[in-house]
Amino acid sequence: MIFFVNALGFILILTIVWWFWLYERAESDIGRRGAIADIVVDNGIYTPDMIQAPLDESITLRFIRKDPSPCASSVIFPDFGVSAELSLNTPVEITLLPNKAGDYPFTCQMAMYQGILRVK
Amino acid sequence: MGQASCHSSTPSLEDPHLEQQHFRSLLLKFLAGIVPAIALVAATHFRWMPPIDAAFRLPGAALGLLVLGLLAYTGGHFFVGARKSFQAHRATMDTLIALGVGAGWLYSMLVVSFPSHIPALARHAYFDSALFVVALVNLGSALEIRARNKTKAAVTALMNLAPKTARIVRNGQEEDIPLEDVKAGDILRVRPGEKVPVDGLVTEGESSVDEAMLSGEPMPVEKGPGDKVVGGTLNTQGTFLFEATHVGETTVLAQIIQMVQQAQHVKPAIGRLADRVSSVFVPGVLIAAVLTALVWFNFGPTPKLAYIALTTISVVLIACPCALGLATPISVMVGVGKAAQQGLLIQNGDALQTMLDLDTIVLDKTGTLTEGHPKVTEIHTVDPWTHTQLLQYTASLEQGSEHAYASAILEAAKAQSLSLLPVKQFQAIRGKGVAGHVGNHEVLVGNHAFMADHHIAVEPLEARSQDLDDQAQTALYVAINGALAGIIACADTLRAEAPTAVKRLQSMGLNVVMLTGDNEHTAIAIATSIGITAVEAEVLPQEKASSIAKLQEQHRIVGMVGDGVNDAPALALANVGFAIGSGTDVAIESADVVIMGQSLHTIADAIAISKATMRNIKQNLFGAFIYNTIGIFVAAGLLYPALGLLLNPEIAGGAMALSSLTVVLNANRLRYAKTTSGPSA
Repeated sequence: MIFFVNALGFILILTIVWWFWLYERAESDIGRRGAIADIVVDNGIYTPDMIQAPLDESITLRFIRKDPSPCASSVIFPDFGVSAELSLNTPVEITLLPNKAGDYPFTCQMAMYQGILRVK
Repeated sequence: MGQASCHSSTPSLEDPHLEQQHFRSLLLKFLAGIVPAIALVAATHFRWMPPIDAAFRLPGAALGLLVLGLLAYTGGHFFVGARKSFQAHRATMDTLIALGVGAGWLYSMLVVSFPSHIPALARHAYFDSALFVVALVNLGSALEIRARNKTKAAVTALMNLAPKTARIVRNGQEEDIPLEDVKAGDILRVRPGEKVPVDGLVTEGESSVDEAMLSGEPMPVEKGPGDKVVGGTLNTQGTFLFEATHVGETTVLAQIIQMVQQAQHVKPAIGRLADRVSSVFVPGVLIAAVLTALVWFNFGPTPKLAYIALTTISVVLIACPCALGLATPISVMVGVGKAAQQGLLIQNGDALQTMLDLDTIVLDKTGTLTEGHPKVTEIHTVDPWTHTQLLQYTASLEQGSEHAYASAILEAAKAQSLSLLPVKQFQAIRGKGVAGHVGNHEVLVGNHAFMADHHIAVEPLEARSQDLDDQAQTALYVAINGALAGIIACADTLRAEAPTAVKRLQSMGLNVVMLTGDNEHTAIAIATSIGITAVEAEVLPQEKASSIAKLQEQHRIVGMVGDGVNDAPALALANVGFAIGSGTDVAIESADVVIMGQSLHTIADAIAISKATMRNIKQNLFGAFIYNTIGIFVAAGLLYPALGLLLNPEIAGGAMALSSLTVVLNANRLRYAKTTSGPSA
């Protein structure tokens, strides 16, 4: 019984590590030039929260905020030095031109909402 | 990393109403949860509830279902958020609340439904705790909305500067139209006491306009035909017509709002550390909860189930990622907003932190320490030339010059109604002078080195020139047809507050350095008059950045204050660049901090705000880290072996709800920090 409970606890810890930290999230691809990715801001998450975009091409992310809490009132791209205020149910477009490959996080002001722009 | 642009609506008037709705909804949910929670606590405390045994199974289950219904209304959004974030492989605050409250309710249903299977000591239901926690989190969120609105005061104040309507003149008729309908080219009227609706150029009429919003200067500025007016400023008296030149997002006011909003979101380096912790925090807490359960299972006293339930639920509930996530941005928001209200636009979040470390401030003389509008003070001639001839030839040549003294000489010529003569073969040699043919005469105007380059003997007026240097005036030699013709002395008025502002910077522990292209003698005279002992003189415009680099090579942390195109490289190179707001676009874009007003005290104010903001951020981060570290360990039962201390889930949840509110309230204290000097900035 003791062994079983401890083993269960250990498996649970491994599951937490895998599910939240190691799992490869599905990417939403906006490879086409001029395409716009819609991102819904609601319930503590961006949907989708992993966007793949091509290098050296302009991409537009359109944020639609559904969450009335103050946490969701802004989105920040720290690596691009740009941020935007999000009004409820009002689309806000942010156009980026990444010229270096890599992962660029975007978050709410408190970093509770988290997303990644993956440039390849 | 790349370029970015943003098409967003400026926050609309709708937002405050929606926020108010959300606030009321949270309060309603708080009341719907707290009243039954208090009733349950009272019932338990005063023993109005029967003991939890076999006879209580049905009533207990019914109570559980009632509580479930209440939880669905008051806290359903946490469970929805937790499910959605779990599906997205994310863990958020909703995850912690849903797990804590859900586990508490499930355990309680287990206890009331199967009491005989649970040891007597472990027969405790947490229905009241579940309702309490959800109610307190809702209350905390509601209070946070209220407190956050105050931190947005600066941006709200800026947004309220623009009027809602404008008075348009069409075909001789005047009518009021919504501000959004104004287009560039429209002719608008502004009456006494009204705000200027958009940016434009005065076409008819004269008035005095209060531009304190822009410059911080309390004295109204006279406006007449051809003068610029800025949207949001206040027309004090008189009425005028103006043509709209910039509307909507292109107005100065809209750009200031955008700059303040952007700056409020940029975190100094210390804040990015907290972000890295935040991103792994919640899954880390879940792991801590599992470990807590295992420790109590393996080593805890009986009834183990009771202790496991109590400690695990408390660990999950007490951890608050919000306090950590909020600690930096809320203080930055208040600090940047406060700076904006004092006429400072902080464009770079790292500048907030670096300003703390500055040990040297370099002040460009012309336009920073001085008004930037030199005037001709004296003219001395050598026979056969007269004052009038000297001024006329010099002014004619200086038409093509961009130097600050050129406009002084042209103004003096205009004042004497002297006509300007045509010029051929004009040449400007930076840092030295100008040359050309004025009529039939070859004219040179410049400094001592320029005369030496052209083998012009200056002895007849050299002593006079040195006297002028001693009086902090700049003497320009004028040579006509290869011989000295005279000198024209110019002086730029020092800003009235320069001595006290320099003293204030020095009292902050800063080494103040004056940078100027003037000769050393003049430079030292000026510097001495305002209390500066360190001077870099005869610095050519293109050498300003090198002066900064030299100081940095001495391991100094350097701030540079300037306003001109020539200052841009030095501003960009300095550890913190301050641009005077009336300066060029290039200087403003190169700077970390834009000083909207004209007072030098604003530089010291910026450093004072930086110190206050960074202190506030550190207080918040320290509080958030300490709260979470101590809270989680105490909730896990670390103090139990020594003190028998365990945390009740209600207290854990309440502490979590209040922790982020504490951070917000502490940040709001920053609004009252004293950051200005006696003379207003």
